[in-house]
Amino acid sequence: MAQVERPLSPHLQIYKPQISSVLSILHRLTGIGLAVGTLLLTWWLTAAAYGAAAFTHAQGFMASWVGQLLLLGFTFAFFYHLSNGIRHMFWDIGKGFAIETMNKTGWLVVIATVVFTALTWFLGMTMGGSA
Amino acid sequence: MSLRTPLGRVRGLGSAKHGLDHWWYQRMTALALIPLGIWLLSSFVAQIGNDHDAFKAWLGTPGRSVGTSLFLFAAFYHMKLGVQVVIEDYVHTRWINMTLLIATTFICVLLGTASIFAVLKLAFGG
Repeated sequence: MAQVERPLSPHLQIYKPQISSVLSILHRLTGIGLAVGTLLLTWWLTAAAYGAAAFTHAQGFMASWVGQLLLLGFTFAFFYHLSNGIRHMFWDIGKGFAIETMNKTGWLVVIATVVFTALTWFLGMTMGGSA
Repeated sequence: MSLRTPLGRVRGLGSAKHGLDHWWYQRMTALALIPLGIWLLSSFVAQIGNDHDAFKAWLGTPGRSVGTSLFLFAAFYHMKLGVQVVIEDYVHTRWINMTLLIATTFICVLLGTASIFAVLKLAFGG
């Protein structure tokens, strides 16, 4: 089926990137990122179930620079997918389709993502080890 | 004028024969994940640096282990539905498409079961 050569409509690389299209593909990319991050969550929880040694090992990885980088990406993806998901729900009930509104809510999502990611890490850094 | 049969219309299942199920469950799980996700993430941030015993004690209360299990169920369900759409959109070779879809379902069920089991084991003091 896929082997039939049919003409293709212009695709991503033809169009100029816009806030609408960039945020749209970012929703999908962060979704995939969260799916990968969920593997980390599963490992962490099952390590805790296996016992103290496995848990300490998992904690050690999370504290390493690779682990921290993954967790930072995970946090960013989480807040982006969450904020933009709420934006999607407004579209689902038929609200916010005007181009101007859509651009505004798009930037709102970007700002919310950055603010909540920064806030989470600020709290994590300052509360770390004390909780 | 519609070319659909009255029976087809009343069943409301469309050409894919699944009706609104996929769309609806994606939204239902998304809605559940808003409070559950925010609660769990903030709780985990507050757990940074805690050792095994402290984490077990935190997770061990009925409310937290039920909440965490609900999050995991909704998250893996939502993940299955989302990854499925990505595969359906981009992978057009039939056998690769089918293989990936089946693998996605199996992996989500496996990881979901494993992580919920982990929560229960910790909660029941294993």
